[in-house]
Amino acid sequence: MGSRLTQVVPLEDVVVECPHTRTYRFRADMEPKPGQFLMLWIPRHDEVPMAYSYLGEPMGITVREYGDATRALAAEAQHGYRVGVRGPYGNAFAIEGSRALAVAGGVGIASVIAGIEAFAAKGIPIETAFGARTKEELTFADRVKACGPLHVATDDGSAGHHGFVSDVAAKLLDDGRFDMVITCGPEVMMKKVVDLANAKGVRVQASLERYMKCGIGICDACAFDDLLVCVDGPIFWGERLARSEDFGRWRRDISGRRVKA
Amino acid sequence: MAGLGTEVAGIKLRNPTMLASGFLDETGGSMLRVYKAGAGAVVTKSVGPEPRAGNLNPTVVELEVGLLNAVGLPNPGIVDYEHEVTHALDGGAAVIGSVYGKDADEFAAVAKRMASYGVLAVELNLSCPHAKGLGTEVAQVPEAVEEVTRAVKRAVRVPVIPKLSPNVADIASFAEAAVRGGADAITAINTVKAMAIAPDLKMAVLKNTYGGLSGPAIKPVGLRSVWEIFERVKVPILGVGGIANGRDAIEYLMAGASAVQVGTAILDRGTEVFAHICREMSDWMDANGYATVRELVGVAHGK
Repeated sequence: MGSRLTQVVPLEDVVVECPHTRTYRFRADMEPKPGQFLMLWIPRHDEVPMAYSYLGEPMGITVREYGDATRALAAEAQHGYRVGVRGPYGNAFAIEGSRALAVAGGVGIASVIAGIEAFAAKGIPIETAFGARTKEELTFADRVKACGPLHVATDDGSAGHHGFVSDVAAKLLDDGRFDMVITCGPEVMMKKVVDLANAKGVRVQASLERYMKCGIGICDACAFDDLLVCVDGPIFWGERLARSEDFGRWRRDISGRRVKA
Repeated sequence: MAGLGTEVAGIKLRNPTMLASGFLDETGGSMLRVYKAGAGAVVTKSVGPEPRAGNLNPTVVELEVGLLNAVGLPNPGIVDYEHEVTHALDGGAAVIGSVYGKDADEFAAVAKRMASYGVLAVELNLSCPHAKGLGTEVAQVPEAVEEVTRAVKRAVRVPVIPKLSPNVADIASFAEAAVRGGADAITAINTVKAMAIAPDLKMAVLKNTYGGLSGPAIKPVGLRSVWEIFERVKVPILGVGGIANGRDAIEYLMAGASAVQVGTAILDRGTEVFAHICREMSDWMDANGYATVRELVGVAHGK
């Protein structure tokens, strides 16, 4: 205890990535690894887990408006707005293999972009399959392209493949050139990607999201099978997910009830 | 080697460490994991009649001296919770069911249902400091503690263990009230009402303003409470508050506890904390000539 106290920090930059997604940059005394997350306190509203989309300096998070607190953050936060942060929490992507594929869906890119850059920095060739609703929502496409080839899918066909990113990933995995996959996005998408990779014997790491309260492994709000997403995850290997009861099927609601994912 | 197996209020325990209510116990999978990691028993999350979302975040604040929380009794409700308890029991865990209610009748109804799932005992959360209208008032009135305990005793056959709040002037008088109501054992203490402020924002950190403090900061308060209760009632005491290692546990036994509960220490030592504490207790007992846990209970009194 004592090393991960809440730090109140001013936002140094707010970037509108697309109509409902913003990146917030700040400086804090923490050294996150790719795939880790922090707890973001939006004063007077809520505290929510967020992946680091920039590891620093300054570090950043990329937030899609999905509820009251994130909408309030988008409405109130400007340069100098102060938030509370504590972390880094959770495990990190293993930057291993000889050729990697990243599969991102929507704002899931925020959780994998630092991983994509870490593969590239380590000299491991990486390609990315990135799906979004429209081409405007392809956040960080330039950062992705700076690391390796980008394969796009959009729901509306405004760029790349018209349809699911998991179909793009399936084609890319066909020729056997990848021996590592990392993924983050809607859980039904990740389930498809993990099943694909497992079937082909390709190692795969998926970054999961669950409702959290403590973020530090005590409250049990983010229980996933007999694991905790906050300390045993958020990144899980495909072999563990293959025998998961919860993956792609169940989640816990705010009261702890097991409900359909 | 010293034997750690013991019996408290008729409950046989493979060792005297238990998972304290509120930690890793909302789901059957987590409770089973903690039991397998070495806890002598696990106490469930406090469960009430209906599903409850609890408070909004921030609900947990790490402090230099401990942990502050105001989760506000989130739980799936006693009906859905059967799935969780059953999962833990089927896996072989020793489970004590913690319950809450708004009055004696509700406590009794939830406890009866909890007992029907096969738990070894029920613990009564009479004293959550961060859930409005649930338990806080009961915890402040000895007669209410007595009434709730009596109602639950009439409803179940398993041992009934009220958990007392330290946020009162004379905790032992509440233990006496619980025993008048028929309590088979007493758990002491619940968290200490507390708060944290973020000076840069000039506001309380917890959304709920107030929360309960646990961890190292409250160990002396827990010890004192157990000591006072031991002096005034005959039933066994489950000591809880800031226990992180074998030495802490030994101190609680010497103050009068028959077994101990551990929660916040999971933060620093992981779920293996129970196995660590047991080994440390055993080593200390060997070095100091104690063969059983019972020999240590209350030995610091009268000296």
